[in-house]
Amino acid sequence: MKFTSVFDIIGPVMIGPSSSHTAGAARIGRVARDLFGRQPKWAKIHLYGSFAETYRGHGTDVAIVGGLLNYDTFDDRIKTAFEDAEKAGLEYEFIPETANTEHPNTARLVIGDDEGEMSVVGISIGGGKIEVSEVNGFKLRLTGGMPAILVVHDDRAGCIANVANCLAMHEVNIGHMEVSRIERGLTALMVIEVDQNIEDKVLQQISLIPYITKVSKINN
Amino acid sequence: MDVLFHNVRELVERAEQEEKLISEIMIEQEILITGRTREEIIQQMDRNLTVMEEAVERGLQGVQSVTGLTGGDAVLLQNYIAQGKSLSGDLLLDAVSKAVATNEVNAAMGTICATPTAGSAGVVPGTLFAVKNKLNPTREQMIRYLFTSGAFGFVVANNASISGAEGGCQAEVGSAAGMAAAAIVEMAGGTPQQCSEAFAITLKNMLGLVCDPVAGLVEVPCVKRNAMGAANSLVAADMALAGVTSRIPCDEVIGAMYRIGQSMSPNLKETARGGLAATPTGKAISKAILENGGLQSIKAIQ
Repeated sequence: MKFTSVFDIIGPVMIGPSSSHTAGAARIGRVARDLFGRQPKWAKIHLYGSFAETYRGHGTDVAIVGGLLNYDTFDDRIKTAFEDAEKAGLEYEFIPETANTEHPNTARLVIGDDEGEMSVVGISIGGGKIEVSEVNGFKLRLTGGMPAILVVHDDRAGCIANVANCLAMHEVNIGHMEVSRIERGLTALMVIEVDQNIEDKVLQQISLIPYITKVSKINN
Repeated sequence: MDVLFHNVRELVERAEQEEKLISEIMIEQEILITGRTREEIIQQMDRNLTVMEEAVERGLQGVQSVTGLTGGDAVLLQNYIAQGKSLSGDLLLDAVSKAVATNEVNAAMGTICATPTAGSAGVVPGTLFAVKNKLNPTREQMIRYLFTSGAFGFVVANNASISGAEGGCQAEVGSAAGMAAAAIVEMAGGTPQQCSEAFAITLKNMLGLVCDPVAGLVEVPCVKRNAMGAANSLVAADMALAGVTSRIPCDEVIGAMYRIGQSMSPNLKETARGGLAATPTGKAISKAILENGGLQSIKAIQ
């Protein structure tokens, strides 16, 4: 089920004018920032389908930039996100694409700073609800409705068990988990949806586990 | 995932068997799925209700969108009602005016609560705050109105779509109007089955409605589609309460809506390439507003 809560339907409280193109867009920006772990210094924002055709009218542009600045859907500062980005040292560029995507409201955010970069594909599925469908080339399905941990690791035996053990030690309950890899034996990605927000020290410990290359999280 | 209902039939059956309101089943499911307490859930809906109330009030004072394309119609309608001239009835026109008020605030990038989306945010609160004057509900009953709306929206969102980009305006204002009709029936004392009939009758009359926003803005024709969504839902609620039933069951109407949305041209699904957006005037407006790029330049034009 894509929509699980009554507040997916009666909500979110948001700045207009469009739940999919404004609120959903802000959420995609914010989840990308969360996954990156800090505010990026630059962002290349590729827009597909209806996003590409109507992003200016719907304020999709200010909303995504607002999300990258950590603004929530109801944050009035979304309106001034362009000016705020300049002050915050965030450069952005919008690239409307003509390619067909599976979902009509798709955005690919390539964000980065001096230390690294990340690519996140988000889709806005209606009513402000979003899904993350790809991170750094890995296909996944993440709703952003629950706190989640993303772990990039070498595709080796024992990695999953070690991460699960670490979470168990901190009494973190796993609600849903999936693993994907681009090619066997190379790099893999664990997506772990959990019941409560994760403290930084837990992430820190996971990052110390052998063969783990990167850990990021989404709080709720 | 365990849920209490997957479709309208299960929702109505459960409500009838347990002799509960639709809103109650929705609250119980929310508790079951999220593990949150009833109080937390009610409080969050109470806050959403307050946001809706404030948006209606703000719209009734008169707002203008950044483009100047929409705004001020809610005020015109209230003045007209006050003159005692309404032909369609004061309550109906009041609902229309309050739906318009909400969407005018939305177009002005004001704060609203999506029900189920921002573009269709006017119908549920518009009808609620109009029916309120006739039925004198308690605050709790007003909150229940939103849970009843939410229960039907939940079914549509999971079994069809509430996205204009996926299913056209029928998925947005059509769903919103059906949700409102069901909630009106419950508030007026109708049965769960009558809620379902009201939803079906409403959505049947919005099937095929395309999403063709001029310049891609949630303004023209979205604001007036909310007006008519509100009117549609009130009439359908009255029909259901009078005992009129839908020959096509509610879930099948929802299924039809989904398939119609799938077979709709992408030009008519929130891409601003067809319908009213592609009329000579629609294109001229689009050119004037968007030629220089971004909302920032829209402000500059003004």
